[in-house]
Amino acid sequence: MANNNHTEVIFGLYDDEEDLLRAVKAAKRDHLDIYDVFTPFPVHGLDPILGLEESRLHQAGFIYGALGTLTAFLGMTWIFTKDWPSIFGGKPYWSVPAFIPITFEMTVLFAAIGMTVTFYIINGLGPGVVNTYLDDRITDDKFCIAFDKSSVSVEDAQSFFKATGASEVNSKTI
Amino acid sequence: MSAVVSPIRKPLITGNKTYHQITEDLISPTEKTPTKEWVIGFVLSVAVLTFGVFCILWTIWVGIGSWNLNRTINWSWDITNFVWWIGIGHAGTLISAILLLFRQKWRTGVNRAAEAMTIFAVMCAGLFPLIHMGRIWLAMFILPYPNTRGPLWPNFNSPLLWDVFAISTYLTVSLLFWYTGLVPDFATVRDRAKGLRKKIYNTLSFGWTGSAKHWQRWESLSLVLAGLSTPLVLSVHTIVSFDFATSVIPGWHTTIFPPYFVAGAIFSGFAMVLTLMIITRKLLHLEDYITVEHIESMNKVILLTGTIVGVAYLTELFIAWYSGYVYEQFAFFNRALGPYWWSYFGMMFCNVVSPQFFWKKSWRRNITLTFFLSIVVNIGMWFERFVIIATTLARDYLPSSWSLYSPSWVEIGIYVGTFGLFFTCYLIFVRVAPVVAVAEIKHILKSGGNQYVGENATHKHSHGHNHSEAEHH
Repeated sequence: MANNNHTEVIFGLYDDEEDLLRAVKAAKRDHLDIYDVFTPFPVHGLDPILGLEESRLHQAGFIYGALGTLTAFLGMTWIFTKDWPSIFGGKPYWSVPAFIPITFEMTVLFAAIGMTVTFYIINGLGPGVVNTYLDDRITDDKFCIAFDKSSVSVEDAQSFFKATGASEVNSKTI
Repeated sequence: MSAVVSPIRKPLITGNKTYHQITEDLISPTEKTPTKEWVIGFVLSVAVLTFGVFCILWTIWVGIGSWNLNRTINWSWDITNFVWWIGIGHAGTLISAILLLFRQKWRTGVNRAAEAMTIFAVMCAGLFPLIHMGRIWLAMFILPYPNTRGPLWPNFNSPLLWDVFAISTYLTVSLLFWYTGLVPDFATVRDRAKGLRKKIYNTLSFGWTGSAKHWQRWESLSLVLAGLSTPLVLSVHTIVSFDFATSVIPGWHTTIFPPYFVAGAIFSGFAMVLTLMIITRKLLHLEDYITVEHIESMNKVILLTGTIVGVAYLTELFIAWYSGYVYEQFAFFNRALGPYWWSYFGMMFCNVVSPQFFWKKSWRRNITLTFFLSIVVNIGMWFERFVIIATTLARDYLPSSWSLYSPSWVEIGIYVGTFGLFFTCYLIFVRVAPVVAVAEIKHILKSGGNQYVGENATHKHSHGHNHSEAEHH
């Protein structure tokens, strides 16, 4: 969201997440199109008001995990029954119970790596990524609502910020 | 956030902190010049590490013959130290994953440091099997990859190979979990920094902005990683115990091993967290974030897991007698009254007797006593592994091959060297990253700050937002 180049935004900073939640509700009521909300920590209750859909990251995690299960189990099966069958301690070639620990570990490994990599890619985050940050205090103690100037007029935004008790209003190109 | 908090809950953050004050308190240790204590600690750690590296190189150059292992006792200090470090590495994930799923908010004060400790402990542990191979330059043979040796595959039926998968998965997942938690905090450090420091922290923070959607996904990722890590952490020490339990050595071949090892691992891990956190909170002045409540909670875990371990020891003894199997009976008789009786009684005292002090509330809350006992517990847990490994092997089926063992200077040097590695990493970590998770502490401020909960609360919630924790998930 914040990665599009050259978006003129006007943003207000709030001192408390309660003020932010009230302001987001007011913006929705007034049909003001919010560009993005930035907070120093995850504010619970924000997502439904903001209209964010639930993340599907865990579904991706399930798929990666299933892939790990299959890779490990089918891999060991192929190796020990087709590629190089060996007898260990008189057990059958295809000794399923002995495959369970590695199958489990690979499930976890694939799910964790897959999800984490997906998380950074879809967020557009990663080593070397340089974003324009609206305000240095957003990672400290300020809660920010930003409007795109092309969809919300500066006057509307300013009167909105004033009415909802923003402590500061600024503009920036991101 | 006006989450519903029980009035009898004790505050988890004291000192009437504001969000900005939290940032100041937790980030400033990374910004100041190192203190004298830190420099002394660091120089000492690096010196010890250097000696450890020398001993490892000596082992590789001369061979495993530089250790005092013999045909009878072919596993001793190395595997003892491996299991000991791996056990210590269990608390981090337990705190960050299992306690997250159980919604234990006190975990936020200690999870970052505990996870870091986990990673460093697993690194120390991983060293031992690698150098025990003897020919470390062929270590890649343990990985299953298509090769020109047949292809010759590793034995997927062997617990030793399961260990390779379990420990490398554990290290990887712990690293991902830890780093993803660190990203927003690195952004906080970045936004306070200037010049080159800002550039470095921008790279470390991956360009984190704090966007609502990113936070939503971040929480989703953390929750699933916690869900994955929970069975993972239990599996790791279960598989370590399989190294012994699937053998046919009397004293090792027991079904009680997996739960007993896992409980012991959590026990020693929490002890190490306490040792480290009691020093860290003092030196970095974090008493408002790692309170006596946190220490008491961890002591309760120590009491529980220590008691489980005690029950396991007694069960083992009982089953050995009850089995009617003379070799099993002899193995336990030998452990308790054989040539290594002192390590058995050391283990019994340190692991079973010492945590019982924590039944008394005022002792659970006594920091000096906790610090002392946390070290006693880890000595006890080292003895436990030594008892299981060395004393069991010393008296095998064939009396003519009975033997005794004491470590060579090289083995001692490697073990001491792992402390150097561990503390070097930990000391770098406290300089580079916030030791307490900044964003997570801010997140629990309104349900854990002493101005909001507890008897001296001054803020009463009058706002109409009645969203609870549960609503979000």
